[in-house]
Amino acid sequence: MATTHTRAAARLTLAPSVILLLAWMAIPLAMTLYFSTLRYNLLMPGMESYVGVENYGWFLTDPAFKAAIVNTLTLVLGVLAITLIGGTALALLLDQPMWGQGIVRLLVIAPFFVMPTVSALVWKNMLMHPVNGLFAWIAQSLGMEPVDWFAELPLFSIIVIVAWGWLPFATLIILTALQSLDSEQREAAEMDGAGPVSVFAYITLPHLARALTVVVLIETIFLLSVFAEILVTTNGGPGTATTNLAFLIYAQALLQYDIGGASAGGVIAVILANIVAVFLIRMVGKNLES
Amino acid sequence: MGAIALQGVKKSFGGVAVIPGVDLEIENGEFVVFVGPSGCGKSTLLRLIAGLEDASGGMIRINGKDATALPPARRGLAMVFQSYALYPHMSVYRNIAFPLKMAGVDKAEIDRKVRGAAATLNLTDYLDRRPGQLSGGQRQRVAIGRAIVREPAAFLFDEPLSNLDAALRVSMRLEISELHQKLGATMVYVTHDQVEAMTMADKIVVLNRGAIEQVGSPLELYRSPANLFVAAFIGSPKMNLIEGAAAAAHGANTIGVRPEHLTLSREAGDWKGVVTIAEHLGSDTFLHVEGEGVGAVTARVSGEFGAGPGDTVHMTPEAGRVYRFGADGKAMA
Ligand SMILES: Nc1ncnc2c1ncn2[C@@H]1O[C@H](COP(=O)(O)OP(=O)(O)OP(=O)(O)O)[C@@H](O)[C@H]1O
Ligand SMILES: [Mg+2]
Repeated sequence: MATTHTRAAARLTLAPSVILLLAWMAIPLAMTLYFSTLRYNLLMPGMESYVGVENYGWFLTDPAFKAAIVNTLTLVLGVLAITLIGGTALALLLDQPMWGQGIVRLLVIAPFFVMPTVSALVWKNMLMHPVNGLFAWIAQSLGMEPVDWFAELPLFSIIVIVAWGWLPFATLIILTALQSLDSEQREAAEMDGAGPVSVFAYITLPHLARALTVVVLIETIFLLSVFAEILVTTNGGPGTATTNLAFLIYAQALLQYDIGGASAGGVIAVILANIVAVFLIRMVGKNLES
Repeated sequence: MGAIALQGVKKSFGGVAVIPGVDLEIENGEFVVFVGPSGCGKSTLLRLIAGLEDASGGMIRINGKDATALPPARRGLAMVFQSYALYPHMSVYRNIAFPLKMAGVDKAEIDRKVRGAAATLNLTDYLDRRPGQLSGGQRQRVAIGRAIVREPAAFLFDEPLSNLDAALRVSMRLEISELHQKLGATMVYVTHDQVEAMTMADKIVVLNRGAIEQVGSPLELYRSPANLFVAAFIGSPKMNLIEGAAAAAHGANTIGVRPEHLTLSREAGDWKGVVTIAEHLGSDTFLHVEGEGVGAVTARVSGEFGAGPGDTVHMTPEAGRVYRFGADGKAMA
């Protein structure tokens, strides 16, 4: 149906949104690139001067940068591990016929609707607080020393909080995939002599591969830039123990007022995110095709 | 070895008794076909035998041993599903090998058996493909291959040909019959197509609303249907069932005459009628006749019969080929 005429018309009508999108991306990127080449400190307005790639040098050689990279990766991988394993387990449970299934499913999904800042505050003040927290109370009632989560296991605590927020998402996607599994396939496997573990390993898990891929892709995109949970709980500390790349850039810009350095960090983050994306798509794209 | 016996087997879903109680003997090496209209419980009965549904009552014996509580894998039966239920992410080879792998058979043995089954079923060229890359008939054969490598006591088929086109159905029908001859294994086959039932079965089980109406060889069911349901179900085109005065003349509530047992004549006969539609198949002619006092009747005439719509014909049932049924629907002696 696509004649030259209609195609031209289509391009014309598409143009405004395409231009808007491009501008939306290109202008901030261009400005970031520009700022990253300036010595630009908010405490010294009007003193901006061109310094070339010096900001990049500073940012990359900052010891906090290496820590931030490690923290970012640990955070992403940790949350992925918890949500994939936990999500699969929960989805398998929720797929069993049981009483009150609808309500239980709704409850499981609920954390996804809680804002990260709110959930982080709840975790910080009501659950993980070393004096008032629920965990401390449990530990004390069992006669144990309460753990000061954010001081002793800061990154682990952040991972738990973020994973809690993403677990419902993973569960939901995996549950829908599970429900689309042809029951005759499972029955055929049962007749072929496969026990529950073999059915899971040979039938269910391969069937879930695509859904798990989607979860990994989407979560990775968002987890690379976790921010609110860190800001609300540990503020990147103690030291740089919970500073990820996003938080490091924020600290550079708004705590040290160094716009040039923060911009350079932003550009580096964009490049790193793209590298991760390329790897992910390579690794995972195959799964989506078949 | 594959004798199956059902004794008073019941199945209810919720409060609904889908199978109110079935007794059936299936002998070793027999080809048994379950036929019946849609929803009559054929699949349910097959799944009860397979162990995929738990019986609500009664006993299932396989080779004389009580198997009612055994899980499907331990019954030694293999099933071919209507949807084939192939494992989509495994190659044909791995699909066929799967039951052997689960049984812990060693690699060399698996390879030998899989290649043997593939050769039997003409699948050797497709062993590396995924099920998604196969035609319907090939998928069907993979499903059968997966069943035969286990050397089961009996094969269970649930409408295995219903997803295939007419020509393929005929050739797969032959292949399954040949396989039965070759393996000599017991086969239980579910279909709602009575032609499949008639051509393949040693023994046909006609089901209606979860109950067995009649059990017998195809010709027994054709020659002496036990009741109206079986009479109307077996045979194509359907038996003509006539009530009223014409039936009373034979001392019955209803009489049945098969279309092929009506003799047609232009001049004289028992029942007079007007042709409404004539279907010329070359080898046969099917005439739909509106008979006086007997209602709509189908007649089958060998070869060509020169009659068209509007023509008057006379029909006479062959002597000894009139089935008589009482008021309760049962055949009268
Ligand atoms: N899991 C179930 N829960 C409730 N009712 C069921 C269930 N499975 C089957 N039934 C009912 O049992 C009856 C028999 O079903 P079954 O699948 O055995 O029919 P069938 O003879 O195989 O029909 P078809 O030729 O259409 O496949 C149907 O009325 C069906 O609605
Ligand atoms: Mg069925």
